[in-house]
Amino acid sequence: MKKNLSVKAKLYMVLIFILLYAPIFVLIFYSFNSSNSTSVFAGFSTRWYGELFSDLKTIAAFKNTLVLAVLSSVISTILGTVAATGLHYSRTKWYKNSVMTITNIPMMNPDIVTGISMMLLFVFIGMMIKVSGVLGFSTMLIAHITFELPYVILNILPRFKSMDKFLTEAACDLGCTPVQAFFKVTLPYIKAEILAAFIMAFTLSLDDFVISYFVSGPEFQTLPIRIYSMTKRRVTPDMYALSAIIFVAVFVLLILTNIAQDEDFRERLRKRRERRSMTA
Amino acid sequence: MKNRTYNGISAPYALWCVVFIVAPLAIVAYYAFTDKTGAFTWDNISGLSMYTDTIARSVYFGIVATVICLIIGYPLAYCFARAKVSTQKILVMLIMVPMWMNFLLRAYAIMVLFEDTGIINNMLASIGLPPVHMINTSGAVIFGMVYNYLPFMVLPLYTSMTKLDGKLIEAARDLGATGFQTLRDVMIPLTSSGIVSGITMVFVPSVSTFYISQKLGGGKYTLIGDVIEMQFQTAYNYNLGASISLLLMIFILLCLFVMNRFGDTDEGGVMA
Repeated sequence: MKKNLSVKAKLYMVLIFILLYAPIFVLIFYSFNSSNSTSVFAGFSTRWYGELFSDLKTIAAFKNTLVLAVLSSVISTILGTVAATGLHYSRTKWYKNSVMTITNIPMMNPDIVTGISMMLLFVFIGMMIKVSGVLGFSTMLIAHITFELPYVILNILPRFKSMDKFLTEAACDLGCTPVQAFFKVTLPYIKAEILAAFIMAFTLSLDDFVISYFVSGPEFQTLPIRIYSMTKRRVTPDMYALSAIIFVAVFVLLILTNIAQDEDFRERLRKRRERRSMTA
Repeated sequence: MKNRTYNGISAPYALWCVVFIVAPLAIVAYYAFTDKTGAFTWDNISGLSMYTDTIARSVYFGIVATVICLIIGYPLAYCFARAKVSTQKILVMLIMVPMWMNFLLRAYAIMVLFEDTGIINNMLASIGLPPVHMINTSGAVIFGMVYNYLPFMVLPLYTSMTKLDGKLIEAARDLGATGFQTLRDVMIPLTSSGIVSGITMVFVPSVSTFYISQKLGGGKYTLIGDVIEMQFQTAYNYNLGASISLLLMIFILLCLFVMNRFGDTDEGGVMA
């Protein structure tokens, strides 16, 4: 395939990227507006950033989002890794197939259906045990773990297929207990996929609004839920400021992960380190 | 290790699945077929006929948004796949950045731009042009869907196109195929897995959205998602809400079943 693009193709890409980024950049621009109108740019100010950071509810929501994301992704990664191991080695066809089919359901279902189905479960259980107001942190944690698990399992399972099945057997022959074999052979083999699954689960949790919205209670809000209630009013420039902060954070994170994954860069870094140690 | 032990290891997850995936769906069905007192009724199901317009509109908007995404996304993914490998990385990153910003903020950004006294109209006014009414139109809602979900179309398409051997396209052209024929007979069949997962990943959230239609449609264009959200968050008619959700779920699963016959979605999905 020819590896150079025509001018038309380049123009097309530029146009689409402008369309994708223009709304975000306009918001960032107006986040520095000293008045709250979008009709005039009254002058540069960081007023809306100040308002955003002094809004205790938003700060609390941000903390909640992080706590929820860390907890749910750690739990779902551990539970998912163990489940993937068990499922891979399982020889009970019907069991394996039915678990895999169920695993696919939350990925295919619209988020809103997953959200209300879990909400109804919690409300139903609440009715059974006669407790009102069941929705809160624990229901959100359960919901987040549930929608992260399929991604974790489907990230890890394919890796097992490329693994030599005699590796663990060899470990056992050489005197490992099955548990030791798992930690010394299997786990190192799948660790890159586990990390990828963890990162994916973490970002899914940070970003989720729809499912959280239905299973959340009034006293535990996450940032997306906070954004939703804030944008119910029409013009809120502190949301522009928030968009700007999130945009910059996402951008920097993506660049950093790209650099970290970049072989050339790592190579250069290694060489520079060697050179430095030689001169030292 | 014995097979039973391995089944035992995955048992906690299997239990989790039953309690938090299967049981909730069973409860949705239970609510859909009962009234507030818990007695069996068909009322919620027959009540769905009230929402025929809403359902038709959701499906229509979803299809239009998906088709636009495909038309814009297919050539874009092709450009991506033909760029230099180092450029490809940057392009993929650039398309992912907006995806990682919460969709609420993205839809909100569009609203701020489109409003009657919004940024676009202010710009038009400053250069002496008459204002254009954009917000609260069906076009705005569909634009919002396309804007929000375009990356979900481009990424799987791009994945399947990087697997496409460029020599096949050259061969087709050498053998006298027109550009259109090459597209129809070579490229589309070979990228069908990407097309199928792209369509799925745009259509499912578009059909079931509620925030986009609220912000950009101003409540004038209620979609299935809006009706469900209303029943659960303001009207508190869980039974009716459950029956609409059940319908939406069955509809989506049927669509996915049909779509999967056209291509193998194991490749080029979210994971790729």
